[in-house]
Amino acid sequence: MSRAVAIEVSHLGKTYEKVRAVDDLSFQVYAGEIFGLLGPNGAGKSTTLRILITLLHPTSGSATILGMNSVKDADRVRKTIGYVPQERAIDRFLTGREHLELLADLYHLSPEDASTRIPQLLKLVELEQQADRPAKTYSGGMKRKLDIACGLLPDPKILFLDEPTLGLDVQSRLRIWDHVRAMRERGITVVMTTNYLDEADQLCDRIAIIDGGRIKALGAPNELKVGLGGDLVSLTVREHDRVELLAAAVKNLPAIRAVTTTPTGLDIRVDSPEKALPAILDAANRLTCQLEFIDYHRPRLDDVFIAHTGRSIKDDQPKAEAP
Amino acid sequence: MKEYWQEIRALTMRWVRRLSREKFSMLFTLVQPMLFWLIFFGNLFQRAADMQVTQASSYISFLTAGVVVMTVLNNGLAGGVDLLFDKENGFLERLMSTPIHRTSVILSRFIFVTTITSLQVLVILGVAWLFGVQPVTGLLGVATILFIGMMFGVGLTAISMAMAFSVKSHGDFFSVLGFLSLPMIFLSSALVPLAAMPGWMGFLAQFNPMTWAIDAVRPLILHGWAEALPHVFMVIGVMVLFDALCLYGGARAFRRAIG
Repeated sequence: MSRAVAIEVSHLGKTYEKVRAVDDLSFQVYAGEIFGLLGPNGAGKSTTLRILITLLHPTSGSATILGMNSVKDADRVRKTIGYVPQERAIDRFLTGREHLELLADLYHLSPEDASTRIPQLLKLVELEQQADRPAKTYSGGMKRKLDIACGLLPDPKILFLDEPTLGLDVQSRLRIWDHVRAMRERGITVVMTTNYLDEADQLCDRIAIIDGGRIKALGAPNELKVGLGGDLVSLTVREHDRVELLAAAVKNLPAIRAVTTTPTGLDIRVDSPEKALPAILDAANRLTCQLEFIDYHRPRLDDVFIAHTGRSIKDDQPKAEAP
Repeated sequence: MKEYWQEIRALTMRWVRRLSREKFSMLFTLVQPMLFWLIFFGNLFQRAADMQVTQASSYISFLTAGVVVMTVLNNGLAGGVDLLFDKENGFLERLMSTPIHRTSVILSRFIFVTTITSLQVLVILGVAWLFGVQPVTGLLGVATILFIGMMFGVGLTAISMAMAFSVKSHGDFFSVLGFLSLPMIFLSSALVPLAAMPGWMGFLAQFNPMTWAIDAVRPLILHGWAEALPHVFMVIGVMVLFDALCLYGGARAFRRAIG
């Protein structure tokens, strides 16, 4: 099945003062999908996004947006895309409506077009009631909605969202997800960065896992999970010196795919849990190896992340939350 | 071209709207130079200042030119602050992601700062008038003062914007600003004529563009066209150079920051 390509990124690289922020990235974004760039802070996803929206020039490679080069055709690209920066890219003294009026002029809308589109957008993001209050009185969720309305003002073919739910409460987060899905329904291609695994998992049609400026994995969240192969059994072992012994015993059991030692015990990938689990417990009993905790789950996106980057995205989470 | 004006008008209106929402800050900005420098300083030094030295009928009338140029200096040097905040909170990025001509952001700021400064200069001249200071060159003289102020202001605003685009944090910006502004005032002919300064200060003050501006504005207020004109022509020449230099630096900083 071949799908229309909205964005073509080819061997993209960006170096800042000898630091390679983005290193030889290549991927395609299909028209009409929600595409996520997932990675910890500093992974290079925001740099990639900024190149795509023409704010940064790549040092090597190229990005083509709807057939237009991000550098040579920057002005034409800007006319066809919408951008929602990270939260707070808002003038606290202007009202919500004034933000949209300002952008309407910057996108060169005629006064007639502006006066029909602005009320529509305010309605869409449910900000009609607060439209004439200064943005400094808005809650985090309301600011985010205003951001999205601003991004949608040019009636874009592609919308870029930078960390759309960073720092939002759960309710607002779910509302924003609904809005993003609604955009896909309207035929808008959405490209977003996130460092939330659940967001990438539930919202994105396809994701690129980025770490150290490189793509580590690319595909639909489910494909990536299935690609890991097998469900995961995690054991927490009471006596840590027994871990190696247990690992050696478990390796040769039936229905076992792979065994890795963790600081607290073992992670075991299994083909069929109903065969593997009793065998594992049996082996632990034989070795009188006491188990503190047993966890069994289908592969999750964090397992995908760990498998491809060798670390957990959560290691970076506290940094991401810092103001 | 029509689109360019649409952008510039919208961006300039944004600054006007912001100012109108910050009424307290507006009042403070407007009143501060008059109250602090002109009224307090001018009257305080009335008797301490030697009229033989200042060659003016009163210290306030001597000081008026200084306060006018000081206002231009302070507004100009602070002219980039709002862009700095825009840069820091991502609003600038939002503006830059729209299909606008890159210069309209800058140009709107110049228009706004220049307009506000001109209004403020008029208010200062008005207050000075209440204290008996009447520019002897009349309305045309006032217009010339505004023109000199604008020329000086453009260069200063360019410096301020260049700094706004180059500094790593707004802390740096305000440190440099604080460091620049007072010495610029003391090392100029704003408060004391060059001839009455200690030798080394007078020497340094000659190179201060502020001195050139004041030396043209002051005779326009105190002495008349005959004495003022050579200074006016001189300062216009100096300001063309000054502005060209500042705009070149500003453009480079802008290009580096925006790409």
